[in-house]
Amino acid sequence: MNGRDAIRDESRRGLDRRKLLKMAMLAGTLPAMATRAAAEEPKVRTQARIVVAGAGAAGLAAASRLARRLDGASIILIDRRREHFYQPGFTLVGAGLKSPSYVISATKDYVPSGVTLIEEQVREFDPVGNKVVTESGRAVPYDYLIVATGLELAYAAIAGMDTALIGRDGIGSVYLSPEGAEATYRELSRFTDKGGVGLFGRPATEMKCAGAPLKYTFITDDILRRRGNRGKAELIYAAHNKVLFSVPIVAEKVRMLYADRGVKTVQDHVMTAIEPGKKIASFRTPTGTAEIKYDFINVVPPMRAPAAVRNSPLPWQSGPWAADGWIEVDRSNLRHTRFPNVFALGDVAGVPKGKTAASVKWQVPVAVDHLVAAIAGGRSQAAYNGYTSCPLITRIGRAMLVEFDYNDNLVPSFPGIIAPLEELWVTWIMKEVALKPTYTAMLRGLA
Amino acid sequence: MKDLDLWVFISVFQEMLGPFLWLLIGLAVSGLTLFLAIVLRERGLSSRRLVWAELVGIVGGVIALLIMWLVTHSGIGDAGGPIDWVLIAAIWTVGAIGTAILAYVALSLFASGDASARQGGRAST
Repeated sequence: MNGRDAIRDESRRGLDRRKLLKMAMLAGTLPAMATRAAAEEPKVRTQARIVVAGAGAAGLAAASRLARRLDGASIILIDRRREHFYQPGFTLVGAGLKSPSYVISATKDYVPSGVTLIEEQVREFDPVGNKVVTESGRAVPYDYLIVATGLELAYAAIAGMDTALIGRDGIGSVYLSPEGAEATYRELSRFTDKGGVGLFGRPATEMKCAGAPLKYTFITDDILRRRGNRGKAELIYAAHNKVLFSVPIVAEKVRMLYADRGVKTVQDHVMTAIEPGKKIASFRTPTGTAEIKYDFINVVPPMRAPAAVRNSPLPWQSGPWAADGWIEVDRSNLRHTRFPNVFALGDVAGVPKGKTAASVKWQVPVAVDHLVAAIAGGRSQAAYNGYTSCPLITRIGRAMLVEFDYNDNLVPSFPGIIAPLEELWVTWIMKEVALKPTYTAMLRGLA
Repeated sequence: MKDLDLWVFISVFQEMLGPFLWLLIGLAVSGLTLFLAIVLRERGLSSRRLVWAELVGIVGGVIALLIMWLVTHSGIGDAGGPIDWVLIAAIWTVGAIGTAILAYVALSLFASGDASARQGGRAST
């Protein structure tokens, strides 16, 4: 049996198993976010030096999978932060449903045996010299590099904005940190007791989970209703362009739901400044600067690649992802197009849409398969189609399971069973109960 | 799409429930084993105990649902489509069957007048 036949055969067997497991998972309220464990595959013997820059979701998942598939490799994880954040849970902390401890764990708990963790930040990427340099000046050479540094929240790009303002005077920002999400809920809670204008939106840059600001608007609406204060509040969503979501069919659904919930929307509003004292946010619009007064605002900062990446040869040199430094990779296998021994995963990868844990879930096995194939002297047929998913919360207790790919196609995991654009309790259950364990299993290379 | 695997399924449940998963599995396995042992030893079901176990099971199913709603900050009003009602029915059924089996075992092991109960049960069948 040649390699291609083996893949086809595996794919046939996998399909049957997938159908069975989907039904089983449905009964158990688990999402379709699990794959065959890498542990089953035979190990490739190698002495390759592999550096994984960044120990977030993508870095840890990649290191775990590499450790399971390689025998004798030197795998080095580099990350300064000792805490690991379960970022998909930030919205639940910001909704007052979970405490910050729900999303905080320790990076070292997920570092697989045989993998070395250097608790430093990468200061310099040198893909020509095949090495990275840490903040202490330590040069770490590699044969293969996986860049999974995550991204930078550029709060300073909004004039007048400072992270110290979060949790004060009606300013929130769910993205900053677990504590920031908790502080945001305190402000949200105050607002939903008193009423006023709640202002939401998103940046014009690429961003983590573009559904999160939409969710938070829905959650605010729900809390206001639960407290009997919806009539006292006006909710405004300021879209950075003419749509509420990049996938047209989802954008239309959200538009209808916002109309139903009485959420006012404005278009082509890119936030540029904030005046905390006056509680005014300024926006760049096609007709000039517009100001909106708020009583509560969820600030979503512009996002870009970390400085070490932006200042390296790794980013796109032209096109839509060049300005913010996203790494130039082939969208189907996450491999760098100019430095073939370099891969980029997660937020820092310059691909459309893919800045969610679900994207990481599907990107990592593909990139790792290509890397292992390169070590073994072969070629991998694995391909990533841009799949990502978003349990889009529409109220506390209901969500829509939105899954799509690079081409804006909906790719539901449970067609005919869980309708993708329907507000369902089962989807909420997935978000609240099943997603975190699936995510944790992913970090360990088990899902 | 990638394929799925039973091992992954178990590992996700393990992450979700931690050691509680094995406690639940242990409870289910030992409850079922004891139930089967009792049925085999007595060569049949005691219908009186079964009726009581079923009554407890009805409550057990409701308790399973209440726990689910409590844990997930939601309620019956959040059911939004057919699949939600299927899930509610599934949770109730699993809770009811599990509780009924455990109740039957408990009644068999601890209830007084077991012999007369069995006698009565047979008389009614």
